[in-house]
Amino acid sequence: MALTGIEIYKYLPKTNCKKCGFPTCLAFAMKVAQKTVNITICTDLSAESRAALEAAGRPPIQLVTIGGDSKKIEVGNETVMFRHEKTFFHPTGFVYRLKDTTPVDSILQEVQAIAEYKVERVGRFLAMDGFAIENASNDAATFAKTVEAVKSKTDLPLILISKDPAAMEAALAKATPGKPLIYAANKDNWEKMADLAVKNKCPIAVTSSDGLSELATLAEQINKKGIEEIVLDPGARDFGTSLTTLTQIRRLALKKNFRPLGYPIITFPGEGAASVDLEAMLAGQQVAKYAGIVVLDHFSPAMVYPLLTMRLNIYTDPQKPIQVTPGIIQIGTPKPTSPVCVTTNFSLTYFAIAGELEAAGWASWLVVCDTEGLSVLTSWAAGKFDAEKIAKTIKNFKVADNVNHRNVVIPGHVAVLRGELEEELPDWKIMVGPREAVDVGGFLKQNWKN
Amino acid sequence: MPVVEIPVEKWNGQVHQVKLGGVGGRKELIVGGDNTLPFLKFEGTVPHRPAIAIEVLDYTPPNWAEPLVKAWGDVLKSPVAWAKKAAEYGANAIALRLRSAHPEEGNTGAEHAKRVVTDILGAVDLPVIVLGPEVAEKDNEVLVAASEAGRGQRLALGDCFDKNYRTIGATCLADGHVAIAKTPIDMNLAKQLNILLSDLGLTMDSILMDPTTGALGYGLEYTYSVMERLRITALMGDKMTAMPMICTVGEESWRQKESKASAGVPATWGDQEKRAIIWEKLTAMGLLNAGANIIVLRHPKTVEDVKVAINKLFA
Ligand code: SF4
Repeated sequence: MALTGIEIYKYLPKTNCKKCGFPTCLAFAMKVAQKTVNITICTDLSAESRAALEAAGRPPIQLVTIGGDSKKIEVGNETVMFRHEKTFFHPTGFVYRLKDTTPVDSILQEVQAIAEYKVERVGRFLAMDGFAIENASNDAATFAKTVEAVKSKTDLPLILISKDPAAMEAALAKATPGKPLIYAANKDNWEKMADLAVKNKCPIAVTSSDGLSELATLAEQINKKGIEEIVLDPGARDFGTSLTTLTQIRRLALKKNFRPLGYPIITFPGEGAASVDLEAMLAGQQVAKYAGIVVLDHFSPAMVYPLLTMRLNIYTDPQKPIQVTPGIIQIGTPKPTSPVCVTTNFSLTYFAIAGELEAAGWASWLVVCDTEGLSVLTSWAAGKFDAEKIAKTIKNFKVADNVNHRNVVIPGHVAVLRGELEEELPDWKIMVGPREAVDVGGFLKQNWKN
Repeated sequence: MPVVEIPVEKWNGQVHQVKLGGVGGRKELIVGGDNTLPFLKFEGTVPHRPAIAIEVLDYTPPNWAEPLVKAWGDVLKSPVAWAKKAAEYGANAIALRLRSAHPEEGNTGAEHAKRVVTDILGAVDLPVIVLGPEVAEKDNEVLVAASEAGRGQRLALGDCFDKNYRTIGATCLADGHVAIAKTPIDMNLAKQLNILLSDLGLTMDSILMDPTTGALGYGLEYTYSVMERLRITALMGDKMTAMPMICTVGEESWRQKESKASAGVPATWGDQEKRAIIWEKLTAMGLLNAGANIIVLRHPKTVEDVKVAINKLFA
């Protein structure tokens, strides 16, 4: 959590020696709080105070970065239990698990297909975030070779899965630099794994299925080695234990400021599900309920497209709804005779009307006006959806060039704009559509004569 | 060693319990009663698992997506056969949508509604939810007929909107049914309609609320958050937001392009049937975790897997 100037001041020497260039320690503290100067400028600050200060300034859920500079997964640093309280900040990372027992050729094919996969939705591209490679062979050399091969094919972030520190060391030699996530330290191997994390400057996952106290103990021990970037695997695999355990960890971190569990969580829905669809469902639940990284054991476009959409939905900032880009949107394959309908660029309004036209089988031209993401009534009330705006949009996007008629349907809620709009668009006939999107199909059936 | 104390939240409120069926040999379905967030049994009571209703239409759906037509086959021609099949697939309730009463879909009237409701009540022993075509005047006409046909059977009737809640609410009151109050993804409107219905005389155990379902990719996040807010407000003690929630997941999910389109979509969307079913399943998972008490579904495979997930969440 960001500290205030007063909070920072408490840790300073309070001698006002001015060596930092500021007249007082308090003035310096204020600047540090504003992030305009760095705390290290105060040379009199003891190492102890500095450590305490850093600990106090740490977010309740540590931000963890996996991967290199170009492609990385950033998870953690969440601040709320429910997205409506503020927003969820760092979208769940979706990672696909490979095993080093699979022939390298097939691994590389999979890697290529998954790394290239991207799907467009409301103007953004959604994609997978990385690969996990599991040392299923239990052989260090095979593991290292597989990691090297995958690394040669993709710059997406990697997670290295092995219990054996020797195998991990061999794989790390091939995977660094690039900050792979070490998975995982357990109660038997944690010291050696922690040493590897320190040496390679990598984040590390800790795992324990013996309850949260055991997990917290491990995380704390690892943290004492000087490692900040930790990921938790509480071993909760199925729907029920996942929801319960992940909720408890999130609450401990956010509400109790319980540091030993203040880290993002990694899940393996494929291990808690008996089929691909159930794996997708559990992964979907985990997007909403508190997973930072989800490791998938299956990949197909039909499974991943819905999952990526789920993540997009849940991680949308509720205060800033997704806006649709203004312009002419084609619903189906419209012809010059097809209807022209006007709407706003509030995503929900847009989706409602686009969905209804789609469902009713009306290929049409949907003219999306820039109402700054407000709905029909709200934007009209705010003066952002008036006759001038509609007329301008119709002219700017050259709607007339696409159709051989001059009929345009406006939302029923802004029927009052009709007169003004007729003045603004003298060539057009203004038709007042229904108030609710759901009625547009029926409206067109009755009133659209082309 | 750090000692972990599991943080437990104490809530003052509770979701109302609502019973459907349970009269004259009809199976009973009780939903609600939770005094904590969805499935968090470690800190509260979750007396009833969320229920699955399967949607049945009162006519052969003219433009259903191919995977649905394939899954249901011939029973789509007969609401009775369809409802029986739905019972076999493990539905906890039948959600009968009187779509043919819509002016664009056949404009059938009270007589037809009465007959279909009577037939279905005779054919299955599951509780029945009857939904209108969502056109206010027609809703009034067919839901009143349905109400009379099912008098005393404790149906759920919907939807009550701000425009027609008086008629539907009154008929529920007269015939002993549960009213479904539907509002457009807005907490205050939801609360207001609940108050209006209870002012009519409907008791707390006779109202379900439908917060309006946005499908995955089509407003799911709005529904999700409004449901979380409604549930939290209810748990904090507000009785007028504490009605169990019903979500028409199947209907919303299957009307989207992602579910309907078999061709002309990007290859990155994948196989239509698989995609469409996962679309419905993920919409269901999201809303179950947000507090849905009844999920209305369409595809049998969705029913099967959502049931598995609910049982695991409930275990
Ligand atoms: S250098 Fe440190 S001790 Fe000296 S005035 Fe600045 S903040 Fe205070």
